[in-house]
Amino acid sequence: MSQPAIRVHKLSKEYRLGHNYQQGPTFREMLVDVAKSPFRRLGGIRVRSTEIFSALRDVSFEVQPGEVVGVIGRNGAGKSTLLKILSRITEPTSGRAELRGRVASLLEVGTGFHPELTGRENVFLNGALMGMSRAEVSRKFDAIIAFSEVEKFLDTPVKHYSSGMYVRLAFAVAAHLEPEILIVDEVLAVGDMAFQRKCLGKMRDFVGRSGRTVLFVSHNMAAIESLCDRAILFEGGRLVDAGSPQQMTRKYLSGVDSQTYDRDLTRIDRPVDFGEEVRFTHIRICDDQGRTLQTIRLGEEFNVEFAYTVKRAQRDMLLHFRIETVWGELLIDSWDRDSLPREATLEGEYRVRIRLSPQDLHPGQYQITLIAAVHMVRWLDRVVGALVFSVGSFSDTETVAPERSALLFRKYLWSRSVGDSDKAQVVLEGRELKDR
Amino acid sequence: MATNITIVERRNGLVPVDWKELWDYRELLLLLAWRDIKVRYKQTVLGASWAILQPLLNMLIFTLLFHKLAHMPSDGLPYPVFVLAGLLPWTFFANSVGTSAQSLVGSAHLITRVYFPRLIVVLSSVLSGLLDLGITFLLMFGIMAFYHVRVGWALLLLPLLVLITSLTALGIGTGIAALTVAYRDFRYVVPFAVQVGMFITPVVYPVSVIPQRWRWLVNLNPMAGIIGAYRSSFFSTPLPWGQLFLSLCSGAVLLLIGTAYFRKVERGFADII
Repeated sequence: MSQPAIRVHKLSKEYRLGHNYQQGPTFREMLVDVAKSPFRRLGGIRVRSTEIFSALRDVSFEVQPGEVVGVIGRNGAGKSTLLKILSRITEPTSGRAELRGRVASLLEVGTGFHPELTGRENVFLNGALMGMSRAEVSRKFDAIIAFSEVEKFLDTPVKHYSSGMYVRLAFAVAAHLEPEILIVDEVLAVGDMAFQRKCLGKMRDFVGRSGRTVLFVSHNMAAIESLCDRAILFEGGRLVDAGSPQQMTRKYLSGVDSQTYDRDLTRIDRPVDFGEEVRFTHIRICDDQGRTLQTIRLGEEFNVEFAYTVKRAQRDMLLHFRIETVWGELLIDSWDRDSLPREATLEGEYRVRIRLSPQDLHPGQYQITLIAAVHMVRWLDRVVGALVFSVGSFSDTETVAPERSALLFRKYLWSRSVGDSDKAQVVLEGRELKDR
Repeated sequence: MATNITIVERRNGLVPVDWKELWDYRELLLLLAWRDIKVRYKQTVLGASWAILQPLLNMLIFTLLFHKLAHMPSDGLPYPVFVLAGLLPWTFFANSVGTSAQSLVGSAHLITRVYFPRLIVVLSSVLSGLLDLGITFLLMFGIMAFYHVRVGWALLLLPLLVLITSLTALGIGTGIAALTVAYRDFRYVVPFAVQVGMFITPVVYPVSVIPQRWRWLVNLNPMAGIIGAYRSSFFSTPLPWGQLFLSLCSGAVLLLIGTAYFRKVERGFADII
């Protein structure tokens, strides 16, 4: 009887939210506190607690060796917390997990890349951080470089790399990890489409080899369905269901459907390197009167409204408003400077409203990704899947029919004729369709 | 087939140092130390010569201030040699503590993304300082030759002293690094404390200027005995055994407290850093 590769038993994680949650207490405050009541606390990091936030509640599941399990759920459902605990980055508040076999976790590509070091040096450093020995990296070095397609720039510091080259090199290292258990967070969402496909192929190779256990978080439902044997669904820190990837993605998408289109974005985990200068705080979908919508009917115009805080003035900040399919394809990438003047952004709280025409979208499900960036330099903030929404309902059978799987929905003016071309007689001419 | 089993659960109370795990991550330790060295020298105009210039300039300034102006005694040695012998280990110690203090906060992007024994970060800060120390030893031998100070067998003690200094720096460094994560304003305390530390440690003056009945107090400072021992090693004078013993004890206590505190709070680093 083989033991499960991953056994998670009643795992919970709580965060204490105080007003100092972001910065932590200061030494001065601690001294004042100790002076007031000298014997109360002398050890441990103290966080003034005002509110407890449960990121993960009583989660139990098992993964058999060789199984590929997808983890799905909305932002803030506890997926990332789960991966962080299993990767031993943070400790659970209670519960226990056992992992049998060599574990590697890939929560980000290019962890530990240093801009001053060359590509070659970074490969070794990054490899060591991922748990590869020097000998192992040396052995795979040529394969890594070939995969990354940056041979010519191996001895150039990576600060001179384009972002595409950087990502390719970083992913190449990750792709050559060979642990028995691999824990992967949304890392496929980087690079250009061609490279993403290559990475997905590499993942499939890895998955194809028997005995490799994978736990895989993604917002990309296509990747979940094509890679995983099984999926588990998270909601509000709880594991709510487990089953085949098709069942779970369907359930996830229908669950998303019933949500109100209004979300707080402040509690979503951001990578540290974004800094704290700019934060998306809120997003919702509303009608012209400002009422939050519950459903978006086909053919109805609607507005997406989001808010962000700028804590430090930005000279040249670019906002992206992206619409992606839940299968991960980028449909629309709209920039603020498309219609607003390009100027410095001062500190403050901003609110943006974007009007979407029903002509833009095929009935179906979409996600909105928000990005604030210093153009071509770095991301200030990014929320993938900030809001998932669907257009139309299942009653729109004609247009939602599964065989109509094109990305865009358009009604064009058609005209049809029959018979010989010179005697052609138009028998039917479509009428200009109004916006329904 | 032997499988390694990883258990993930909340650890309570004191967590002993996992030596085996640290050993398993030795390659990462060396790579991080090497990265620190490489990046440090790449970003300065003067490169490695900075490691020599800093103690050399300090030596000149202190010679001017304490020798020429204040007529500080120096145990019968030329004052520049005397003060440099104290400055070398002190500079190494101070830099190690300073970089250790910032090391965890500076590695936040690693700590929130990947698991490895967090002690590695502090260890690599101390380790990367050793190269500078090695370079400054060369300076020391040059200055000694200039003043015709002979070296003797006692010089063989030097590697042992370097090890002891590193462990002492590590003890204080781990504690302060952990405190800096928990209390962000702690980083303003450290440079100041290090500066004060130099003057309560017999770096620019000999222990002999301190009245006998207060010496024990001075020697509780772990660096006091160590610096005395460096001087004995360079100048082949008798080792100050009693002084060294006291300093070693307090250094060991600090190392224990520092690592214990570090291990106790490290589980929370990723959540608050």
